[in-house]
Amino acid sequence: MKTSPLIESVTDRFPDVVLASHTYRGDATVVLGRKSLLKVAQFLKEDPAFEMNFLMDLTAVDYSAFGKRATPAFFASSGVAVKPSPQIPDEDPWPGPPAESRFAVVYHFFSTAHKHRLRLVVPVEEGDAEVDSLIPLWPGANWLEREVWDMFGINFTGHPDLKRILMYQEFEGHPLRKDYPVNRRQPLIGPVN
Amino acid sequence: MPMETTQTPQSDPAELESRDMMLNIGPAHPAMHGIVRIVTKLEGEQIQEAEVEIGYLHRGFEKMAETVDYNGVIPYTDRLNYVSPLINNMGYCMAVEKLLGISVPERCHYIRVIVSEISRISDHLTCVGASAMELGAFTVFLYMIKAREYLWELVEKVTGARLTVSYCRVGGVKGDLPQDFAEPCAKAFEETRKVLKEADGLLTRNRLFADRMIGTGVISAEDAISYGITGPFLRGSGSDYDVRKDCPYAVYDRLPFDVPVGTHGDNMDRYLVRMEEMEQSMRIVERALADMPPGPVLVNPETGRPIPAAEMVDQAKMGNIVSISGTSAVACPTLEGANHTQHPSIATDEKRVFLPPKEDTYGNIEGLMQQFKLVMFDHGVRPPTGEVYFPVEGANGELGFYLVSDGASGAYRLRVRPPCFAIMSALSKLLTGDMIADMIPTFGSVNMIGGELDR
Amino acid sequence: MPGNDMQNEQPSYFTSRLDKAIGWARKYSIFQYPFVTACCGMEYMATACSHYDVDRFGAGLPRFSPRQADVLFVVGTISHKMAPVLKRIHDQMAEPNWVVAFGVCTCTGGFYDNYATVMGIDTIMPVDVYIPGCPPRPEMVLDGLMKLQDKIQDQHTTGNRPAPEARPDIL
Repeated sequence: MKTSPLIESVTDRFPDVVLASHTYRGDATVVLGRKSLLKVAQFLKEDPAFEMNFLMDLTAVDYSAFGKRATPAFFASSGVAVKPSPQIPDEDPWPGPPAESRFAVVYHFFSTAHKHRLRLVVPVEEGDAEVDSLIPLWPGANWLEREVWDMFGINFTGHPDLKRILMYQEFEGHPLRKDYPVNRRQPLIGPVN
Repeated sequence: MPMETTQTPQSDPAELESRDMMLNIGPAHPAMHGIVRIVTKLEGEQIQEAEVEIGYLHRGFEKMAETVDYNGVIPYTDRLNYVSPLINNMGYCMAVEKLLGISVPERCHYIRVIVSEISRISDHLTCVGASAMELGAFTVFLYMIKAREYLWELVEKVTGARLTVSYCRVGGVKGDLPQDFAEPCAKAFEETRKVLKEADGLLTRNRLFADRMIGTGVISAEDAISYGITGPFLRGSGSDYDVRKDCPYAVYDRLPFDVPVGTHGDNMDRYLVRMEEMEQSMRIVERALADMPPGPVLVNPETGRPIPAAEMVDQAKMGNIVSISGTSAVACPTLEGANHTQHPSIATDEKRVFLPPKEDTYGNIEGLMQQFKLVMFDHGVRPPTGEVYFPVEGANGELGFYLVSDGASGAYRLRVRPPCFAIMSALSKLLTGDMIADMIPTFGSVNMIGGELDR
Repeated sequence: MPGNDMQNEQPSYFTSRLDKAIGWARKYSIFQYPFVTACCGMEYMATACSHYDVDRFGAGLPRFSPRQADVLFVVGTISHKMAPVLKRIHDQMAEPNWVVAFGVCTCTGGFYDNYATVMGIDTIMPVDVYIPGCPPRPEMVLDGLMKLQDKIQDQHTTGNRPAPEARPDIL
């Protein structure tokens, strides 16, 4: 199956939950509403035209600082701002971050039978950071969701044991959020250096 | 470690009450390849439950990738799967190139494939050697590390470093293969084949090895797929998914090779799959070396060798310009392979992405401007805004890079899909039901690399 | 304490010969505990194996229990999650023991200047030899090992090492 037919099939089947879609650089992407994730995922896994038996990846993006990187001065003391060089132009530009919400949980699916891939993006608000867990369909989602909780603080309803996986349990904060400074250290033993 | 002892309140042996014992293995344990903690609940020798705890090598790769620019992430990618660093480099660079929408010259693709496969061979050598050592076959480990040294010397000829190479760049590679690469490569492969033959003779039909590996750590293909397992681990269970065949990238679709597939899904099948994959990788490299489009030959037409820059300057000072005109100079030993004549075959011609050859940087103003625009802080490679996902076949499975860009000089979000993360998440299922001594070969065949697992 | 007395008394011919003999014996029978975490472990393996043999220095037998080892090779990045484990292992080693910081991540934290990495293990334990490199070539490791051997040779038999240098406060 080619790329756009994938998106068309999903949109035809679930017309009211697909918020947006694109095929930037050939990757079929569908932006979904949060409530219907489990339904769509089950459809993707079981429908014979899709047969997405692999949940390849489950991650999240924090869009709160998107496009906001300040232009630095040429020398720290000069205050003279440097204009960044223009980007490589793009005839088929990307539509932009999926929604106005802060987070987006991104799922990558693959099918070994049809050899096609699909990306699902689920925008998640900061105040209500909860998504359904995909463990009933793919047990591999267990650790992936724990990592997203650890790094971003997004809850997964239905997860049996949502605790930190990469950081130690006493760690406070969620490191991959944009407001966590990269070198704020919370050592267990030893000095803060 | 806390131990629960059996209680014998009555003297009647049929009514002995027993409780399970909790055994904590790791994080510092000799049989753990990386650092991982496995808390097992044992009944006698059999593992009832196993809880795996990772994260002891979390080094914040994804956060660091947001603080440096696109080319600056490449040293961090080396240290992801540190036994096959060139594959990680290649995957990351190809993801950024996909985002940029540029393509690299064909010779560059061939070079990347060759060094990736050499990296894959050294990864499998380390994995099989280390797991053989843990089962007691120390000699096999020494032989395989010997073969790995030959391969690392080969990698050092090409990239300049043995382990953490940082060889690929966004838009190309750092430098071309050395002029006389085919011969040392053939010699290294001959030694590797000898070692593989010896190891095969020592291990495959060895009663001790086979008894420990056959029938342990069994997982079916459907279970493996539902956990997201790919790579030799999945191929040992029967599914033949290989990113190089199913979603080919670089020039893999032109190079013939077979994908070994096992049947039982136990440790022995995975060991055999890895041994055979090494042979197939050597086959790929040999064919790629034969098929590669030729690069420019860099020699002095008079003496037949390239001239070091200092010598050229000396000759010019003595007025001896005629013999050196029209000859290229070797600018610097660390820049070997990136000379003016070799540049078109190792780098894309998109000027906003790749550094110019050093002769241009120092020679003309366009080269200097190109260098400046790429190197100065917050200039550099600026892709359009977008998101891409690019999978390559790592030594453990599908290594995917998911990249989100907001038009700045560095990545906005870089996610690595680690292949052994999926395998480790299934480890507790793999270990349950087996004996405690079966944990060693099973964990050895997982090939857990801490840098990739914890990033 | 017998140790203090030996330090204060004038070194005599026999005690200095004895120190040298014990130092010679100790430096050529190193039982290391390779606390391997990351990429440097690959170069440690390469050093320990047949090409750059470390067995010819007498250090060829790793002991995988800290109570049986005398040199702690900390190989590879130490994260904050791992630091208590490392400290515990170090505390379990009997005197005299030495610590080698192998790789730049253990010396100063390497280029992982972030929330997860210990910026140098000398913040949590005294280090005797620093082997920088990312990863260090096996020749550098052997050079570091020879420096460690010099240090072992010169160390007093009671195992007292001079007080560690105070880390300069440059941050």
